[in-house]
Amino acid sequence: MSTVTAPADTTKAPAKKSGGFTAAASNYLDERTSISAAVKEFGRKIFPDHWSFLLGEVALYSFVIILLSGTFLTFFFQASMAEVHYEGSYIPLKGVEMSAAMASTLDISFDIRGGLLMRQVHHWAALLFVASIGLHMLRVFFTGAFRKPRELNWVIGFVLFILAMAEGFTGYSLPDDLLSGNGLRIIDGMVKGIPVIGTWTSYLLFGGEFPGTEIVGRLYSLHILLLPAMVLAFIALHLLFVVVHKHTQYAGPGHTEQNVVGYPVLPVYAAKAGGFFFIVFGVVMLIASLFTINPIWNYGPYDPSPVSAGTQPDWYIGFADGGLRLAPSNLDLVLFNHTFSFGILLPLAVIGIFIVAVMFYPFLEAWITGDKREHHILDRPRNAATRTAIGAAGVTFYAVLWAAASSDIIATHFSVTMEGVIRTLQVLLFVGPVIAYFVTKRICLGLQKKDREIALHGYESGRIVRLPGGEYIEVHEPVSDYERWKLASHEEYKPLMIRPNSRGKITVAQKVRAGLSRWFFEDRISPVTRTEIESSHGDHH
Amino acid sequence: MFRTHTRSPRQSRNTGRRSPLATTALIAVGLLFTGGAYAAFSTTTASAETSHAASAGTVEEGKKLFQANCASCHGLALQGTDDGPSLIGVGSASVDFQVGTGRMPLQAQGPQAPVKPVQFTDEQVRALAEYVATTGPGPSIPDESLLQADGDAANGAELFRVNCAMCHNVAGAGGALTEGKYAPALTGVEPVHIYEAMVTGPQNMPVFNDANLSPEDKRDIITALKFTQENSTVGGHALGSLGPVAEGLFIWIFGLGAIVALTVWITARSN
Ligand code: HEC
Ligand code: HEC
Repeated sequence: MSTVTAPADTTKAPAKKSGGFTAAASNYLDERTSISAAVKEFGRKIFPDHWSFLLGEVALYSFVIILLSGTFLTFFFQASMAEVHYEGSYIPLKGVEMSAAMASTLDISFDIRGGLLMRQVHHWAALLFVASIGLHMLRVFFTGAFRKPRELNWVIGFVLFILAMAEGFTGYSLPDDLLSGNGLRIIDGMVKGIPVIGTWTSYLLFGGEFPGTEIVGRLYSLHILLLPAMVLAFIALHLLFVVVHKHTQYAGPGHTEQNVVGYPVLPVYAAKAGGFFFIVFGVVMLIASLFTINPIWNYGPYDPSPVSAGTQPDWYIGFADGGLRLAPSNLDLVLFNHTFSFGILLPLAVIGIFIVAVMFYPFLEAWITGDKREHHILDRPRNAATRTAIGAAGVTFYAVLWAAASSDIIATHFSVTMEGVIRTLQVLLFVGPVIAYFVTKRICLGLQKKDREIALHGYESGRIVRLPGGEYIEVHEPVSDYERWKLASHEEYKPLMIRPNSRGKITVAQKVRAGLSRWFFEDRISPVTRTEIESSHGDHH
Repeated sequence: MFRTHTRSPRQSRNTGRRSPLATTALIAVGLLFTGGAYAAFSTTTASAETSHAASAGTVEEGKKLFQANCASCHGLALQGTDDGPSLIGVGSASVDFQVGTGRMPLQAQGPQAPVKPVQFTDEQVRALAEYVATTGPGPSIPDESLLQADGDAANGAELFRVNCAMCHNVAGAGGALTEGKYAPALTGVEPVHIYEAMVTGPQNMPVFNDANLSPEDKRDIITALKFTQENSTVGGHALGSLGPVAEGLFIWIFGLGAIVALTVWITARSN
């Protein structure tokens, strides 16, 4: 197995005469579909090899697992809110009145062979799906892979993330158990909190007063039809863009903006990827067979009167729930006989702004840096200190919201007061990102300095030598050319200058942009230049 | 007291297996020891009269124990002090619950008395309970027949969801209240203590008297709790029954952690 730089020659000889059945069959197919051209073209695509490039694949494979297990579940699930008396084998619910949705989910769990395993596979895979998308997005963000020409693909990917959350939430609500019913109640409250259209929208959604008798059926249509179709379409688009743009790669010897160094799809990469699918499937299977998820039999059927302590949404909705919990509760404002619940509107707005900011970050950054070049070599996070710091701030902000969703569990498990947790998190929500920003930026700059040192003067070897004059020095070992390439090959950026426009005026936008650009780039360590390296050669100390 | 009562024969049955006579003798001793109280008990009524035929000896022992361990906070005449409430009329159930779960004697003032290792033997707990019960009528320790977890689990589960889940979580995993107080997890709590918690309403917990929940309802709740506890592992490890938070943490740390480790392994150069 060797690394190839140029597209590998995978051209197969045209089907041989004496190839047996396989050859005959493939020849038959090819003559009618010309598929070999496509296979050849795709098979020669080069994919670079790095573990972080596989995270998107994890998401893709989890989605396949979700489709497979979900199809199984549709055979037995009844998306109906008709009242039935449960007569299955779970004793503590025998004879209890519940919706057909809940009863059929209990049947899947207790009376259908393999049903519980499939439910758990489906749910765990869903959690993994969203989590791997999240990690994949972090990788793309921190390495700057969203830069031109890939900005649109970032947006597509982000839409996929939102769709995945929607898929998750609709699925979570289907069994019509107490926990998910509480979740829907929160959504209902949020919708009703929107001024003017809120109440009507809620009636429209639920087909009447909450909870109504419609919502499970409606969510089901979304969950198994509309949303999966959209996810599939966006995945196709996303992958198409990956193929069109070619894959990015990390800096390294021989890696340039014009080539891709790695393995051809066929045969090496495809084999590895195929194997990897089964590994992911195996991990999900293992988790699903060993760990309970969403034990709806403990929760019981939904009924609007009981509310359970510790009601939480699945993790990916947690940040929104956390936003609600952190919002001050005394912000109701009565205007023109209408109550405006800012305790709901404020978190909605903040979260909305956050989502939009993440979604359009590539365009924002491109505008600030004024960088219009294509980038196929990834940044090391430290070399884009400001971006990395912004990312760290964003992650902190999200993490605080997320933690707030489990404020009650934090309170009981760490023996602190609920009010204390909430207040601390409220402060952290604003202070945390600022601290994270500055700390990360300093760390990045420090690492850059160290890289520069190493590139110029080599590693500290730990060997202390006494010179004839009595002076002690530590011997530095030079880095290999391979290593130095990694350390020194990144570009240097400078803040934009304010330039007058064609009419000779300096617009406000220009000023803002220049200001932002200065903020983005003002602290920087210049990368090592060739002349510096050459002049430093020979004096390794 | 009934808890003790059933325990002693169980223990003796274990040790005296070889001789049926020894068992009988021990039961007889046990019965004698607990006095006629056993017979005097009828099924509990919340406002149970507690001036049953408690033997003077036990009450006397309880009084001594009380003065030594509890009076500093609850007062010599149980009238209460700045450090602890009056215990007049709290009933034997309250004492059995508080001392039998290790909550009392309180060690440090805090938002809530925590469960600790029990500091007294069963006889001593019983003696304390009887002594406190002599000072005024209150809920008494429930009858064994209500504690067998053999009621209607479906009814109990429903009652639990409606009456208890808002504090104790629907799976009985516990939940946070305000100002550092909390409703504890109900796993591993003995049936007698579940019952007593309902009739006495410790601290922030409301009292569920027999008008709210009949003794049979309470028995059903105990049945449901015991059932879920014993069958909590249908789908595998329950992750503390904490719901989506535990599940989310699990998938990020262990699920995604394992996957990332595998991606690193898969892309590691073979040479
Ligand atoms: C350090 C002080 C302190 C000591 C010692 C103490 N208690 Fe308490 N006790 C309290 C406080 C405070 C409360 C009320 C808050 C609570 O229930 O945690 C209380 C509550 C109780 C209650 C519940 C009262 C009710 O209204 O139901 C009982 C019963 C009780 N104690 C029994 C005892 C017994 C029996 C002892 C001795 C073994 C004891 N306590 C020792 C402080 C104390
Ligand atoms: C308003 C909230 C609330 C409700 C409702 C409530 N509890 Fe409690 N429960 C508590 C609190 C608080 C405690 C802890 C009291 C203490 O530590 O002294 C508690 C303690 C208990 C305990 C003792 C647990 C232990 O670890 O020893 C049991 C058992 C119990 N509750 C059962 C129930 C049952 C059964 C119901 C429903 C019929 C119920 N509770 C309803 C708040 C509540």
